[in-house]
Amino acid sequence: MSLWLTSIVFIPLLGALILILVPSSRSALIRGWSFAVMMVGFLVSLPLFWTFDASSAAFQYVEKVPWIPSLGINYHLGLDGISLLLVLLTTFLGPIVILGSGAVTKRLKGYFISILLLQTGMLGTFLALDLFLFYIFWEVMLIPMYFLIGIWGGTERIYAAVKFFLYTMVGSLLMLVGIIWIYFNTTVPGVGHTFDYTLIMQHASFPAQAQLWLFGAFALAFAIKVPMFPFHTWLPDAHVQAPTAGSVILAGVLLKMGTYGYIRFAMPLFPEGVEFFKPAMIALAVIGIVYGAMLSIAQTDMKKLVAYSSVSHLGFVMLGLFALNAQAVSGAMIQMINHGLSTGALFLLVGVVYDRRHTRKIADYGGIAKVMPWYAVVFTIVALSSIGMPGLNGFIGEFLILVGAYQTAPVWTIIAATGVILAAIYLLWMIRRVFYGPMTHKENESLTDLKAREWATLLPLLIFIVWIGVYPKPFLSKFTVSIQQFLEQAIR
Amino acid sequence: MDHSMEQAVEQVHQAADTVVAAAAHAPDLHYAIWLLLFPLIGVVFNGLILRKNIPEKMTGWLGSFMIIASFAVAVKLFFELLKLDPHLRAIDVTFFQWLHVGSLQIDFAFLIDPLSVVMILVVTGISSLIHIYSIGYMHDDPRFRVFFTYMNLFVFFMLLLVLGNSYPVMFIGWEGVGLASYLLIGFWWEDMAKATAGMKAFVVNRIGDFGVLIAMFLMFSHLGTLTFSEVFPAAANAWSNDINNGVVIAIGLMLLLGAAGKSAQFPLYVWLPDAMAGPTPVSALIHAATMVTAGVYMLARSNMFYMLAPTAAYVVAMVGAVTALFAATIGLRQNDIKKVLAYSTVSQLGYMVMACGVYAFGAGIFHLMTHAFFKALLFLGSGAVIHTMHGGLHHINDHHTDPQDIRNMGGLRKKIPITYWTFLLATLAISGIPGFSGFFSKDEILAYSFMNFNSGGSILPYALGLIAAGITAFYMFRLVFLTFFGKYKGPEGSEEGLHESPGTMTIPLIVLAILSVVGGWIGLPAVFGEHLNKFAGWLDPVFHPGFEAVRYHPEHLAVPMEWALIAVAVTVSLIGIILAWNFYMKQKRQAIPDDQQSGFGKVLWQKYYVDEIYDAGVIRPLINTCHFLWKQFDEKVIDGGMVHGTARTVRWGGGVLRTLQGGVVGSYAVMMVIGVIVILLSLYIR
Repeated sequence: MSLWLTSIVFIPLLGALILILVPSSRSALIRGWSFAVMMVGFLVSLPLFWTFDASSAAFQYVEKVPWIPSLGINYHLGLDGISLLLVLLTTFLGPIVILGSGAVTKRLKGYFISILLLQTGMLGTFLALDLFLFYIFWEVMLIPMYFLIGIWGGTERIYAAVKFFLYTMVGSLLMLVGIIWIYFNTTVPGVGHTFDYTLIMQHASFPAQAQLWLFGAFALAFAIKVPMFPFHTWLPDAHVQAPTAGSVILAGVLLKMGTYGYIRFAMPLFPEGVEFFKPAMIALAVIGIVYGAMLSIAQTDMKKLVAYSSVSHLGFVMLGLFALNAQAVSGAMIQMINHGLSTGALFLLVGVVYDRRHTRKIADYGGIAKVMPWYAVVFTIVALSSIGMPGLNGFIGEFLILVGAYQTAPVWTIIAATGVILAAIYLLWMIRRVFYGPMTHKENESLTDLKAREWATLLPLLIFIVWIGVYPKPFLSKFTVSIQQFLEQAIR
Repeated sequence: MDHSMEQAVEQVHQAADTVVAAAAHAPDLHYAIWLLLFPLIGVVFNGLILRKNIPEKMTGWLGSFMIIASFAVAVKLFFELLKLDPHLRAIDVTFFQWLHVGSLQIDFAFLIDPLSVVMILVVTGISSLIHIYSIGYMHDDPRFRVFFTYMNLFVFFMLLLVLGNSYPVMFIGWEGVGLASYLLIGFWWEDMAKATAGMKAFVVNRIGDFGVLIAMFLMFSHLGTLTFSEVFPAAANAWSNDINNGVVIAIGLMLLLGAAGKSAQFPLYVWLPDAMAGPTPVSALIHAATMVTAGVYMLARSNMFYMLAPTAAYVVAMVGAVTALFAATIGLRQNDIKKVLAYSTVSQLGYMVMACGVYAFGAGIFHLMTHAFFKALLFLGSGAVIHTMHGGLHHINDHHTDPQDIRNMGGLRKKIPITYWTFLLATLAISGIPGFSGFFSKDEILAYSFMNFNSGGSILPYALGLIAAGITAFYMFRLVFLTFFGKYKGPEGSEEGLHESPGTMTIPLIVLAILSVVGGWIGLPAVFGEHLNKFAGWLDPVFHPGFEAVRYHPEHLAVPMEWALIAVAVTVSLIGIILAWNFYMKQKRQAIPDDQQSGFGKVLWQKYYVDEIYDAGVIRPLINTCHFLWKQFDEKVIDGGMVHGTARTVRWGGGVLRTLQGGVVGSYAVMMVIGVIVILLSLYIR
């Protein structure tokens, strides 16, 4: 048994522990160390992309040791086609997030320790195959994120942090009740009660009625995290108040915890619940797509606009998951990655001008393409990816989701497709107001174009935005088999 | 019934065999990728590698040569196809797997067939000329390099659009040209109006794209494929005994929505006149000659669906005919030289769309081509006029007089003879004067629409098309008379500064003028002989794909009847020209100043207030709804009511326990972690 996955999960934690020993005054060392840790984490995880056997739906690189045998709790990690790209996305964004934290100066050490802890929590969540372990990682993530918003956030940071924390906690507690119920109602011959995901998948068969309740409990926890309409109001506050890096992590990875929760746990464990709630979930997903897009149109704050657009984009992912066919679920999977790349990049880009001008109000800009031409180019490419321009990544996800969802829910899909029009409106309108027209504010005349460090954060994202759009095969092929298995499990 | 079904299935099998046979003998056409690579090289060099200190000429010629190279590849492909047997002239060239998920199998692949070859020849040919013209026109523009980058990018996507062998690959190009158009309309984005025009174009096109998407969803769910070589036989198989099935009508109408967006048809044409905010070569290339014809191309490519859904075809014909007439009437009262041409483009696109609706797909593509020649020429000519006017106004340091307003022009034919003569030839072509290219293609469309009426269809497409032809002749000659004849009406002294444009600009004018005259001769009407319409013959395999069951059989017109139709059409055009001559030459009437507009003329001058109607009926309500949802619903109901309401209830309920709790979430968090750890440890240690 290799310790590959364990090292991927715990390298950031180890880095954080060592960081405690570094004196707070050595800010360059703190930054450099954090970057190095994230880079090592990424490089260690990278070979997974080649060595992973995409022809198998089984969990790979499995590590399983009894942790609390008396309660049937295992330390159980494993990777399949569904988690592979999410893990790589997380480790890939790690160094970018560190580089994107250049503007942070306050309590630097605590800040980077929080980010490193968060990284361990997120990776653990994607890799845990024991419900108890999963829950621990899931909850552990909350704390550093809470601090990131609450300490390094904007003026309303305390309100936003508390809202984020309480909201997520409420959902998680219901899920915890569900997990405990599962534990007591699963008996594996020779093992007894268990929290082990693979054992539960093999041996458990829950009564239909119970599945509805269980699905409800899990689905609520995950719906808040995604966030699905109408549980989304924590998101704009959290995003607007969070520092740039916090927003990138939030959009890039944290929201995928919710959608991952559905595809890994809520749907394959409770197919009866999926069957029963499917119409409602599709409806909420599509409402989210249109509603999120319409609210984006109304926004005057760049970050809030991007935040609401996340509600819209995650609606696409949810629609894809519940459409339950190969195209739609593949689309949902790739769209999770796409959203992480594109929305992550958009938050970095908003951060670029925020760092210079300390305002995110669209009205405070205008005509800045004159002084920041490359910034305008990059912003436009990323926005186009978010709009779903064919040739860039967003189209692959949206097209697969919609073409698949049409087979299941044609009317809802047609409504969802209007989101494609609305996305063009809110993003191009923002671009027009920020970049074009005459220079309306004197302060903007001295704005400088992208710096090397900013290029370093954006260029890797751009490469994947184009790559996935032009040649998505290496990515799509990774989860084809796993999705086949998922469909067999989730369809009653 | 069963028998004909079997027959249809048999035909599909035969068609499949033919395809297999074709594949066995097909030449290797993978070099067609160079059609895309050349413009891409231009984009990379001008956009990314070359820096500011590179001389203009080098940038401009680099961009132009890349397109000329593409043109050469297109010509080679044409001859390659010519060598093949007509029914083998459809070759799929696959480059790599693009979207392969379950039963959805989309390759990045081209379809080289007579239709796509016509399109690539037109696109690269016209683009080459316009690139060369731009070297002169864009001289001294601070973003010269960016301009050529965007132009090459446009050609790249346009070629992908017409070469893609499936709807999704076509759609990459489809959206890509929309992007290039957006960037080029807003090229001078310092002017907010221009940036807004670019955005408007993109968003209105997206409404059309929505239609294309839905059409693809319908095809995939009912036919299981989106690749041209599979989807059309599958459609014939599914519906040839079920003409006007609801699904195929829906597909036809959704594709029409897409075409209406891109090809500026009623009611989505509104973006095109605003698109004239872009530099004039852009108007010529993208918003007249090539990109706006993409919708027509798609309709023609999808001809099978319209064969299977005559109801949808009828809607297509009516949308085209109404657009042709509606836009022509607006053209009567416009005073901006480019606006006149813009509405004339909308109107001419209407003819092409109408052609597709009366099953005259070949004639539609024929008009697409001749229109590309004479409309590119008209726009480049208008650019030369504007260039000249700029020179004149610059001469006296006048920066207020509008160089595009025909009320400031007049008598220019003496000053700029090359521009005048070429412009006049193009005007004769668009007016449908016999012998000029536009005559042949427009005549063919009108003949087909009459034939359609003769076979039991409606007379409306023919009637509306005919009236529009007369109006076209009138407004085009109004433009010529007011611009080139009479007395010069520009500011005093500016006359001295009026000069003919440089050679890079006039040579493309001359080439296009020749094409505008002779370009129609490859498609002579049937009255001159059986097989003289070489153009229709070339496209025939695409539009009569060999499914007898779905073949459209109009009653052919008798020769005297065809002569009569030609006579009527020519008479109508001549009436238009004579009326214009009577008004603007004989009576010396002038275009009406803004403050003297009145009556129906004012409605025309204001373009039927369509923009205002959209603003009040669609845009404002949408934005207000979005605002309402945010401020009143999201913040007050969901967040204020649901979320904070729950929080308040909990707080009230928790009052009893308040003594135990400090109320700081941070400490809760720490306590929770400590709690979890303690519990775990205690369990483990036990």
